[in-house]
Amino acid sequence: MAESKDGGLVFKPMQQFEVTPLFGDGPVGMFTITNSTMWMALAIIAVVVLMVLGTRSRAIIPSRSQSIAELVYGFVYQMVEDITGKDGVKYFPYIMTLFLFILFSNYLGLLPKAFTPTSHIAVTAVLAVAVFVAVTVIGFVKNGAGFLSLFWVSSAPLALRPILAVIEVISYFVRPVSHSIRLAGNMMAGHAVIKVFAAFAAVVAISPLSILAITAMYGLEMLVAGIQAYVFTILTCVYLKDALHPHH
Amino acid sequence: MADTPTEGAASSGGMPQLDFSTFPNQIFWLVVTLVVIYFILSRVALPRIGAVLAERSGTITNDIAAAEDLKQKAVEAEEAYNKALADARAEANRIVDETKAQIKSELDTAIAEADAEIAARSAESEKAIAAIRDSAKDDAATVAKDIAKDIVAAVAPGKIDAKSITAAVTAKVKG
Repeated sequence: MAESKDGGLVFKPMQQFEVTPLFGDGPVGMFTITNSTMWMALAIIAVVVLMVLGTRSRAIIPSRSQSIAELVYGFVYQMVEDITGKDGVKYFPYIMTLFLFILFSNYLGLLPKAFTPTSHIAVTAVLAVAVFVAVTVIGFVKNGAGFLSLFWVSSAPLALRPILAVIEVISYFVRPVSHSIRLAGNMMAGHAVIKVFAAFAAVVAISPLSILAITAMYGLEMLVAGIQAYVFTILTCVYLKDALHPHH
Repeated sequence: MADTPTEGAASSGGMPQLDFSTFPNQIFWLVVTLVVIYFILSRVALPRIGAVLAERSGTITNDIAAAEDLKQKAVEAEEAYNKALADARAEANRIVDETKAQIKSELDTAIAEADAEIAARSAESEKAIAAIRDSAKDDAATVAKDIAKDIVAAVAPGKIDAKSITAAVTAKVKG
């Protein structure tokens, strides 16, 4: 979104992140249908297409779409089972929900003119805080006060344990912050950089280089979109494991 | 970001991510989205995929078991065949041995019979030879007496009677 104005370049790399009403103008109220709403809805449709329509034949020998759905299922299921153990498997649908929402939001956001809901800290913070609260509640419900042993490193020398406990508590409460900013930051940065390169494409002399850079960044962003969904999910699993088995 | 940051921030409100007025909207729709995805997954997609995967692994397990079964049967059939073959060989050897023994015993019996017959025949022959020899001896004695009588008659007719000649000849032949 660059235009020549007064003979100079105008960069508006952040304009793509603006939340605007989809129909008409006006303030964004709580229930206003915005571009963010639309791309979340598209993520739902993508989930339905892949996981429901793709598997409708229930074939023993799967079709391509069913193979992909089974692959995603197996991937996340394996991850949950490997990290949290057998007793974490009952949280698999929740983790699958998180994974698919982030995955499809990230990838749909890479379409030209698209909006990426996961590039907003409001969205990722809700996801991360939900994980944080759920994990904390599960930890106390499952282990009672024993959950606090998560902060008491019994393998460390006794003198060090109070200090370590303080560090552990701080790191525990920083978790949702890093968890959410990692995802939003990665999404935002990549899209913003692509937009900056796109602005340079308006200058004829450097436009080939700029387009090449956009292509390269786009390839990188394809990678980042998948990896960030994976990272968010695997960290959720790790936190869940701490809640289920808090003893070091 | 913009060439004049203050102006850019003013026109677009800085980072849209930090525009708190849109937060309730985003959070509301995010929660709606997550709930919808959760119900789609937990009610339809995940049970279905889980069932398909379970069914497939069941089918594969069954097929492997069936294959194992058939392989076992093939091994058994081969063993039965080999056993039948070995039995047949043993039976054949037994029959050969039996037949050989039978033939040998028959042969022995025949040889013994032949030997007995030969012995009987040779005994008979010896008897006949002895009889012939005896008769030949008598004949020789008779001929000798006759010749002696003739010779005596020719040499000294009427001087010596027949009886003494015969006695003399008999004594000579015996001696």
